[in-house]
Amino acid sequence: MRQHSPRSSAATRERSHRSAVEPPRDAERLLAGLDAKGSAVALGDHLGRWGSLPPWSGSSFLDELDRSGLRGRGGAWFPVGTKWRAVRRAGSRNPVVVANGAEGEPASGKDWVLITQLPHLVLDGAVIAAISIGASQVVMHVPSGAVPAMTRALEERKRRNLDRCTIDIVVSADRFLAGQETAVVSTIVGRTPAMPTFVGLRSIREQGVGGRPTLVQNVESLAHAALIARFGAEWFRQIGSPESPGTALLTVTGRWAEPRIVEAPLGMPLGESLLLDASNARSIQGVLLGGYGGGWLSSAEALAMPLTEETARLKGSSIGSGVVALLPSGICSLSEVSRVVRYLEGQGAGQCGPCVNGLAALANSLELLAHRPASLRGGLPIISRLCGLVEGRGACHHPDGAARFVRSALRVFADHAAVHLQRGPCPPSAPFLPTPPSESSPVRSASPR
Amino acid sequence: MKQSRFALIINPIACDGHGVCAELLPERINLDPWGFPIIESGPLPVQVLDHARRAVTSCPRLALTLVTQERGPG
Repeated sequence: MRQHSPRSSAATRERSHRSAVEPPRDAERLLAGLDAKGSAVALGDHLGRWGSLPPWSGSSFLDELDRSGLRGRGGAWFPVGTKWRAVRRAGSRNPVVVANGAEGEPASGKDWVLITQLPHLVLDGAVIAAISIGASQVVMHVPSGAVPAMTRALEERKRRNLDRCTIDIVVSADRFLAGQETAVVSTIVGRTPAMPTFVGLRSIREQGVGGRPTLVQNVESLAHAALIARFGAEWFRQIGSPESPGTALLTVTGRWAEPRIVEAPLGMPLGESLLLDASNARSIQGVLLGGYGGGWLSSAEALAMPLTEETARLKGSSIGSGVVALLPSGICSLSEVSRVVRYLEGQGAGQCGPCVNGLAALANSLELLAHRPASLRGGLPIISRLCGLVEGRGACHHPDGAARFVRSALRVFADHAAVHLQRGPCPPSAPFLPTPPSESSPVRSASPR
Repeated sequence: MKQSRFALIINPIACDGHGVCAELLPERINLDPWGFPIIESGPLPVQVLDHARRAVTSCPRLALTLVTQERGPG
């Protein structure tokens, strides 16, 4: 089943696959190609800047991808090369590539920028993925608003007869879990609503869309792959740590008047990427890294921390989808946390009993802590216990992400929680973190037990 | 205790919290405050295998499965 292609020597590879265009030398890589006016970069301009995709064939790019050490930017930071190999190994049954631009995290906007402004970089990445795993079909899974930009980009490529694979567009659902990979497969096969499914020890890498091996890859990961295919693994690793090489797109909220997309060199202190130093830490109560499936950090540790996935995990957080939210002073952190957890409860698929009941109980307890702390029986230990009761017990990682969000909040906002318990709640404050209203109702609701 | 090659996994979407499994295999399965099973992970000791098989076949939702642990997800 496993296919081998004859290995070319390093020197041959160097000659045939090195792009004619000079690689970007500073930390602006993906975003270096952005159009100043914010419109979609046309195919001609894209090829003018980056050159054509070098002629990788069969699985030859996989070694380069492994050497690059690229990790998935959708949230899990899973090694991209390992994932592509797993789908290729599942082999021969007509695999599919899904470029995932669903971006369910409400505070994230980087995938939207990529698919609407740099569609050809993402498409190049999807095409090199298709070549590498032996797929003849690519599905662009994007929000409805991105369809016009994506359609135009596909027409441009068709006119030049650029790609050998077919590329279709499927509109993603407007939900937090829309980008979860089994939910993505549900959307593509037309199962409504888009819900995660139970795959057990199997994986959609082996059996996904229509039972075919399926690679679901975040669009930022694909955009990085498109540059690695041109400039090589060594270039990619010139920035970052050995375990987290390259750059990452961050969606930064609370730093400037409007949220901003920043391309941060991994390994550099986060404060430096945000143009903040230790003296700014006092006006920030805490930093949410990785979105609602990520975790809170104290402002001092967040600004000083070298931005790598391994450091973030050691501190109980994750770079996740690249959300960075700086919570300003004057807003009750516990009100924010309880509102987000209520939102996460509503955004659950409502399919798994422990998640349905556990997130409801967590949201109830956190609302008491935020607004009626005297009524919180069991105090903070009950909240930790509820986290333990949801972790690892869903068909997808939704409850795990919520638990990480809550556990990290209890650590970072411990002093503020003590103030609530001793002196009562804060006066109401305007909401800071986005919690868009739920549109669809879950499958089942919490039991009264 | 001799370990078998088998472990239990649950399909949390199918599970309705009947709780039969926890009655038949209390050594490995507890119920949470809402009546849903919490299953100890890892290989099953050989002496509980028969009970585990009964728990699997007795589940009214067929949510419990015995699997051989050759490979994990990922």
